[in-house]
Amino acid sequence: MARKAPGINTGSSADISFLLLTFFLLTSSINTEQGIPRRLPPPKEKDAKEQKIDINQRNVMTVVVNFQDLVSVNGEQIDISQLKQTAMEFLENASNDPHKPEKKYVEIDNMGEYAVSQGVISLTNDQGTTYNMYVQVQNELQRAVNELRDKVATNYFGKKYDVLDTALQKSIQKAVPMNISEAPPIDYGKTE
Amino acid sequence: MGSMSDIIFMFLFFFMVITTMREATLKVKFQPPKATEIQKLEKKSLVANIYIGAPISKNENTLPPGKVSVQLNDQTIKAEDLAADVRDFIGTEKESRSEEDKNKLTFSLKVDKDVQMRYVNTIKNELRQNNALKINYATGKKSEMNK
Repeated sequence: MARKAPGINTGSSADISFLLLTFFLLTSSINTEQGIPRRLPPPKEKDAKEQKIDINQRNVMTVVVNFQDLVSVNGEQIDISQLKQTAMEFLENASNDPHKPEKKYVEIDNMGEYAVSQGVISLTNDQGTTYNMYVQVQNELQRAVNELRDKVATNYFGKKYDVLDTALQKSIQKAVPMNISEAPPIDYGKTE
Repeated sequence: MGSMSDIIFMFLFFFMVITTMREATLKVKFQPPKATEIQKLEKKSLVANIYIGAPISKNENTLPPGKVSVQLNDQTIKAEDLAADVRDFIGTEKESRSEEDKNKLTFSLKVDKDVQMRYVNTIKNELRQNNALKINYATGKKSEMNK
């Protein structure tokens, strides 16, 4: 005798799925990888000696972070909150101060002749510097470059750097290069 | 009412697919520093992770001079095997990706914020020696300056 079998009560399936959904929302992570990207210099040949590139003193800003996480620029200790401003003034050299970097006129696509700063920031860390401070210094130097790039981008193209399209971004990168050179680390704890 | 639960199931499967459980169980303490000038790495598949931090359990391999471990995939490496293990790790990560992806491979350094630079520098040197030049310092996001 055909009798309709009682259907499974599905009223609670919505509850169960809410629970499962909440569970997954809470336990899994949308693991966005984020951070500060960098390019390491190519490996040194074992035989190559330390190349002494003649760099004019005015073109170098020496940043040293010691084992106590204290930052100094050109021998003078500064608070890290000042680092960005110091780096910006160094790279921009708005007044063409002879103690600050030289500028070289370079023909850049979409921008014409632009006076590119020849400034290089030399960064030295101690082996005992904390990684946090290292990243903060990298962050501040990156901030200086980013803000300068925004300034130049607004002047030339009326928009900030990250909303420009790739070709214009490349031009700005040539106008305001990120020239940070990491020197071999010092080691206060060791004598040599 | 039946369609409600269908919608919820759809959301459920959507989240199960989009979000990912952490692949390797963390054997080191990892709390990244926070920074403002960060970029998102586009494809998770083009990222290989290297974890550096204080080990969670006492049985982990540490590097001299202190109590810091380096974790590649799911193993902490021994000091004497460091160069070889890093080289192998880089090799395997490159092998498992296609020709064009090999050069886009980024090594994300997931370093705890309290780790001394000496350990990071050791790993950076090994990466350099093996021509793994694209790196990323993993950070959290800080909204604006002044702590």
